[in-house]
Amino acid sequence: MTIDMLGERVKRTEDPKFITGKGRYLDDIQMPGMTHIAILRSPYAHANIRSIDTSAAKSMPGVIAVFTGADIPYNPLPMAWPAGGVAGIRNNINTPRTLATDSVKWSGEGVAAVVAETAEQAHDALEAITVDWEPLPTVVDAEKATQPGAVQLHENAPNNIVFEWTVGDKAGTDAAVDAAEVVVRQRIVNQRLIPNPMEVRGDIGWYNPGTDEYTVWMSSQTPHIQRLLLTAFVTGIPEHKVRCISPDVGGAFGTKIFCYADMALVMFASKAIGGRPVKWVEGRRESYQSTIHGRDHITYLEIAGKRDGTITGLRVKTFANLGGRLSTIGPGIPTTLYGRVLSGCYKIPNVYCEVTGVYTNTTFVDAYRGAGRPEATYVIERAMDLFAAEIGMDRAELRRRNFIAPDAFPYDNPSGLGTASGGAKIYIDSGNYEPAMDMALAAVGYADLAATKAEAASRGKLLGLGFSTYIEVCGVAPSKWIGAVGEGWGAAMWESANIRVHLTGKTVVTVGTQPQGQGHETTYAQVISHELGIPMDDIVIQHSDTLGTPFGYGSYGSRTSSVGMTAAIKAATKIREKARKFAAHMLEASVDDIEIDGPNYFVKGSPDKKKTIQEIAFALDLGFDPPEGMEPYLDETAYWDTPNCTWPFGTHVAIVEIDKETGQVDLVRYLAVDDVGKKINPMIVDGQLHGGIAQGVGQALWEGAVYSDDGQLLSGSMLDYAMPRASWFPDIELHETVTPSPVNPLGVKGVGEAGAIASTAAVSNAVMDALAPLGIRHLDMPYTPQTVWHAIQTAEVSR
Amino acid sequence: MESVALVVNGVARTVEVEPRRLLVQLIREDLGLTGTHVGCDTSQCGACTVHMDGVAVKSCTVLAVQADGSSVTTIEGMAPEGGLHPLQAAFWEKHGLQCGFCTPGMIMTAADLLASDTDPDDDAIRHALEGNFCRCTGYHNIVAAIREAANKMQVGAATSAEGAPR
Repeated sequence: MTIDMLGERVKRTEDPKFITGKGRYLDDIQMPGMTHIAILRSPYAHANIRSIDTSAAKSMPGVIAVFTGADIPYNPLPMAWPAGGVAGIRNNINTPRTLATDSVKWSGEGVAAVVAETAEQAHDALEAITVDWEPLPTVVDAEKATQPGAVQLHENAPNNIVFEWTVGDKAGTDAAVDAAEVVVRQRIVNQRLIPNPMEVRGDIGWYNPGTDEYTVWMSSQTPHIQRLLLTAFVTGIPEHKVRCISPDVGGAFGTKIFCYADMALVMFASKAIGGRPVKWVEGRRESYQSTIHGRDHITYLEIAGKRDGTITGLRVKTFANLGGRLSTIGPGIPTTLYGRVLSGCYKIPNVYCEVTGVYTNTTFVDAYRGAGRPEATYVIERAMDLFAAEIGMDRAELRRRNFIAPDAFPYDNPSGLGTASGGAKIYIDSGNYEPAMDMALAAVGYADLAATKAEAASRGKLLGLGFSTYIEVCGVAPSKWIGAVGEGWGAAMWESANIRVHLTGKTVVTVGTQPQGQGHETTYAQVISHELGIPMDDIVIQHSDTLGTPFGYGSYGSRTSSVGMTAAIKAATKIREKARKFAAHMLEASVDDIEIDGPNYFVKGSPDKKKTIQEIAFALDLGFDPPEGMEPYLDETAYWDTPNCTWPFGTHVAIVEIDKETGQVDLVRYLAVDDVGKKINPMIVDGQLHGGIAQGVGQALWEGAVYSDDGQLLSGSMLDYAMPRASWFPDIELHETVTPSPVNPLGVKGVGEAGAIASTAAVSNAVMDALAPLGIRHLDMPYTPQTVWHAIQTAEVSR
Repeated sequence: MESVALVVNGVARTVEVEPRRLLVQLIREDLGLTGTHVGCDTSQCGACTVHMDGVAVKSCTVLAVQADGSSVTTIEGMAPEGGLHPLQAAFWEKHGLQCGFCTPGMIMTAADLLASDTDPDDDAIRHALEGNFCRCTGYHNIVAAIREAANKMQVGAATSAEGAPR
């Protein structure tokens, strides 16, 4: 009898290899004849290339070839998600080339490459390349870049503007703000972050001269998409001549969604040197310049309402820094995934948002865990606290008065989800926000906050409690919305799965999604075991290789459980139906009389007249005696396009203590109530929340990418960028409410990003709560001792 | 080239290396033991942690020639083939890993801690991980796994001290 493991805390099936050192990440791959490529990167953030002399490098030991941009005939990288959904919107697009040809727009843009027998020889030879540079003035701040007189990065982007995008009702919101009893205004900065998966990126390109085919191993979240983009848009190589493989991926957090120049470079180089494999692995410092960054918004927010706590309007103007050239979906993040969810879980009648996408002399910015939604949550949750303080109302009470009521779903969000192009109605389909907030505040002792603060004060500490009542849009869908021209990334967002029950009853599931540590091999197997009654041990989940898995869009945006696993359930349903028909044939019964209980297919009323799915697979796969019209083999493929996004929500609470003398902020308690719907594996869900929370806390308290005015990345290594360490965190307390999603059969919502979306605002609000008695209203993150100490000193001097 | 003779996971090895070769390169590239990972280039992340003569070191910060004459243990040598060290079992049991990239370094550092402190509290565990980064887990379940392993190893030590069958 198969034990149903759906919803259980099953230990992960992928772990034995990882805990014994037998994982196989990109850099672990060694191949006969493999060569190594290193990339010369610009030391200047903005410069013209007058000439490049590679002659000395070509004669260095072990060097096989040296390339510059002029050698490579490929197109610039594709722009897959321009800002859209607004009539007449214009995007001024500049994307990187495989290697830069005429100019560089950020420090770290690649200009030449060396292929050598060893990685050390390739790096040594880089130093022998001479570039004649013409340095140019720089701008790194998105707001300053749009001002008159700023240096211009691209001829086709006046005032360095990528796009000017709007959403919502301008006239209505202007009127609401003008007429309001209270308007609170604040400039807030959501600082640039470096995502830092522990495995950096890398690729191996191998051109097979015998077959004229390429294989590209890549540390990627999206091998199918990369095959499409690299062939159809970049290299012109036919899609069926390229195979992309992601080996074990050591974390990604969005950074490995994209089409990068190095992927095309290793393909070009392998062919150019006659078909030896070419490996590229970025160093960590190189990664900080060549892999995308996240966030980087400057926002002017205005929140308007009545003194009784009714919010009547939200008006937001944001400058989104997108870097020196655009990453694959850079413009989509601060538009669709930000502006359209700005009002969060609140019923705000008038919302209007303007976003200006901006070029600066910095590394490109794209999706980093949460991607637009952490930025939106930060805006609205800071705004709610600022408004509450202004009218002297309790923060929880203000939220309570403005939550979308549980009977108001489906809710048509005025910041634009309901007006998406393509005619599809996109709405917030479910939610019940107040119980989650009440649970969190009760658990953390919100009612006793004054006493808690007094106790901390007796120890010389400023204690602050902050929370955020977030919602999240996950599993971005359906295709007719997000894929429609002008709104999405010009691609659909369905998922795929194939299930084969082989002769021995062992079952192979191939999927189009792509794990990076989420435990998909375990959770898919839990679901399929539940669906088919086949033991988990007899099921293998295969992914990550365009040869042998159905096309899929990969894993990001918390979409795998809601979209990918629904495709797998649909394939399992087809398997059951075919097995049922064949069981009827075997048992000489009518199909309608066959009942299914786990692996057993039996005649209604005669449970001993039965066949197991393994017996059915054996006979059907052999195919000696199929019924008329039935094809042999228990093998079914399904595609699933979900009717709506999913909408997780919850309340996260942070308690901090600040040392007045040093400005040191300690996170002393963190508690979260999340509603992510039903759970396939609660242990894995908890782990996703822990990690997301830690990343969001990192933004609030420690992390930040810092550029000098001349475009040098000052936080350019792990010595300089404040990666959070174990001793900086307390244990994380998790609670739940469960409101199943109505849009998929599992009732799941996705959980990969929730922690990162909720936690930054919660911690920020806690720090501001602690500092409020000093008259400090707002500080920009991260709340380093220097920032906080300086603010305390300034506040005390001015009092 | 320099000749380096060392014992790795109980096996004597001799490797010819360039003087600039790092121990982590010797382990990964010359010996093919790819469980030891490289996550940074500034000796910060700890993914390359191994034991050299019983002490945890970051193998990216040791020259291969410095390891001449030493005994090195990597993640592959923590348990006999097919078996698991209590830390490995605990990381699995407590979901102390997600992408798995930092995990070998975490386990090697934790083993070093438990060698000197058999019953560390959470604070001691978190401080012992000062030189190891994880970006997936928020460290929560890593701390839980190390605590679990410490408990199991104490019970194991107690029962073996009493001469009871294990």
